[in-house]
Parts: sequence; C-alpha cells; structure tokens
Amino acid sequence: MKARHKRFSLIAAGLILLVIATVLITQSFKSNLVFFFTPTQVEKGQAPKTGSFRIGGLVENGSLKRLPDGLRVQFRVTDTAKTMQVIYKGILPDLFKEGKGVVAEGKLGAAGIFEADQVLAKHDENYMPPEAAAALKAASDAKMKAGTM
Amino acid sequence: MKNIDTKTDLQRLKFNWLQFASPKTFYPLAGKIIPWCAAGAAILIAYGLYLGLLVAPTDFQQGEGYRIIFVHVPAAWFSMFLYLLMALYAGLGLVLNARLSYMMATAIAPTGAMFTLVALVTGSLWGKPMWGAWWVWDARLTSELILLFLYIGYFSLKAAIDDKNRADKASAVLAIVGAINVPIIYFSVKWWNTLHQGASVSLTQAPAMAAVMLKGMLVMTIGFWLYSIAVVLMRVRAEILERDSKAAMLRLD
Repeated sequence: MKARHKRFSLIAAGLILLVIATVLITQSFKSNLVFFFTPTQVEKGQAPKTGSFRIGGLVENGSLKRLPDGLRVQFRVTDTAKTMQVIYKGILPDLFKEGKGVVAEGKLGAAGIFEADQVLAKHDENYMPPEAAAALKAASDAKMKAGTM
Repeated sequence: MKNIDTKTDLQRLKFNWLQFASPKTFYPLAGKIIPWCAAGAAILIAYGLYLGLLVAPTDFQQGEGYRIIFVHVPAAWFSMFLYLLMALYAGLGLVLNARLSYMMATAIAPTGAMFTLVALVTGSLWGKPMWGAWWVWDARLTSELILLFLYIGYFSLKAAIDDKNRADKASAVLAIVGAINVPIIYFSVKWWNTLHQGASVSLTQAPAMAAVMLKGMLVMTIGFWLYSIAVVLMRVRAEILERDSKAAMLRLD
C-alpha cells in the first residue's frame, strides 16, 4: 500500500463515520427540526403545551373572516384531516389566501383557539404564467364535475 | 537500438494528464481559458437576465416578485456545488499531496462564499414580500447560513496558520467535514417541514415551472458556472505567482 492509498482510505473511513454520525444526529433531532406542527400533530399532543410554537397547513376555504372589531381576523388551518381555529391581529402577507399554505406562530389559548402573533404565507414550488394556471384550474374543475356526475 | 527509440517515442506521444498538476504548465493554460470563460459568462448572464426579467411571463401567484428566482436559485445551487468542489480539491490535496489542488480549493472558497451570501440576501428580499418575514429559522435557511460560516471558517483557518503546508492540511480537513452540510441543505425541504418550498427543478422529476422560466434559470446557471471558472482560475494564477515569488526571494537570500 502506497502512502497516498493509505491517506485515501483514512479520509474515506473518516467520511463514512461522519455520515453515520450525521444521520444519527439528524434522526434523533427530527422532532426538534420541524418548523411547524400540523393540526393533527397538535391534536395528538406532539406540540408544546406551554410557550409558543408554529402550526402549518392550508387556510380552509370559506373560513377567513374579519371579526367585528375590524382588527382581528379569524381563519381555520387544515391539514385535510384535522382543522384548527386561528385568531390573529396584524397585517396578513400578500400571498395569504384561502386554500393556500400558511404558517402561524403563537400560543394555544383557551377553548383550543390558536392565538397567532405572526402569520407567514407558505407558497409552493410551482411557477407558471396566470393563463396556464387558469387553464389547469378549468381542467381540474371539469374533471371534478365529471367525477360527481 | 531501434526498438528502444520507438518505445520512448510512444511514451512521448502518450498524453500525460499529470502535467497539468504542475503549476508551471497550469499557469499558461489557465491564462488561455480565462478570457473565454469571462466573455461567455458576461454574455450568458446578460442573456439570462434578459430572459428572466423581460421575456418570462409573470407568475400566477407571486406576480413580478418571483423574478428574483433567476438569481436566487442559480446562486444557491452554486453555493452548494462550489463547496463540494472545494472539498473535493481539498481531499485530493490531502491524498496526492498536490499543491495545485490546495490552491484550487483556496481559490474556490471566496466565490462560493459570495454565492452563499447572494442566495441568502436575495432569499431574504424575496421572503419579506411573499412569506411576510425577512428571515425564519427553518431547516433550509439555517443550514444555508451554516454553509456561509463554513466558507468563512475555511479561509479564516487558512489565514490563521502561518506555515503554508499546515494551513493547507488543517483547512482541507475542515472543508471535507463541512461537506456533510451540503446534502442537509439540499434535502432539508424534503426531510423536515420547512417554510421554504420544495425544489422546482430536480433530476428525478419534471420541472414545476414554465419552459421559458426554466430556460432563463439554466442560462443564468451556466453563466454563473463560467464566471466561477474565470475568477477561480485568476485567483489560482495569483496564488501561483505569490508562492513562486516567495520561493524566488528565498533563493536570492
């Protein structure tokens, strides 16, 4: 074995150990590395009981309404299995829309309503011109219609 | 006698790749490559920006704001790609004890750090109007910030050690260990739920964007690539001259 072969095997062995260590670390921190909890996870009690945390999901269609005081908004966050009521006072991001992704940071208040201090919009990785989006929507609407008939 | 002659002729004909590992051969070769890459980079980046800013359509969700993608995504790709390349050269340096490999690794670091910074800043500028926040501590953003610290750590460590040989070796180990962060950045949006969206363009799936948008992004990517080659080679040439002049001065003494 030449010296450089020896050095190569040393580095390769070191790298393999490093990868194993990283996999173990990231696996064991998996629950701490999430940015938000889904309503289902909150229901199961996986979110912190005290202190603030984030919930994420889609804004449920037809759930967004402004409260009579004119300052606070209320909407439901859904992961399609469970939903959660959220109340928020502040400016909503431009991309905040019903049926779109959202991440809200705050505390779980009384009566299971999530009181958010910050609301962030989470958009997806699809980019297309508006006409293409309209065409896709029309196609999926037509499909849905055909499905229900 | 004749036999021996033909053998040496054959050996002379056989192309020797290792000659490029010698700074003396590499220096003029790099000098020839640089202008082509620099010109190509200027043309492609200009064309890519034209495609991205003027030709590509608006996005159905984000309107005009998404156009920052044409700088953000190629910069982010290159921040990761250049780190892997730097670690590879550092590893080659350790294994082969080749000075030129270390020089390449050293020369790549500032460009990689610059692309990381560009990705972070453009991402921040994009995050505020779209997400509603300049910065969040999700897995993607945090691991990309760690990448910037790894680059800075790499060249700080190198600069902190006076003995060139020891500096090369110590920083090479840091570069290789840090490479583990690159797959973490890349897969963070898959492994954990993050605010950052998933990959629009990947090797395994059809791209989730309109064709002309994709074209603009790929043109920018190739432009960034040529730019990286040009500046890295310039830096290597400077490094060769510097090390050479020091050696020459020692000889004079």
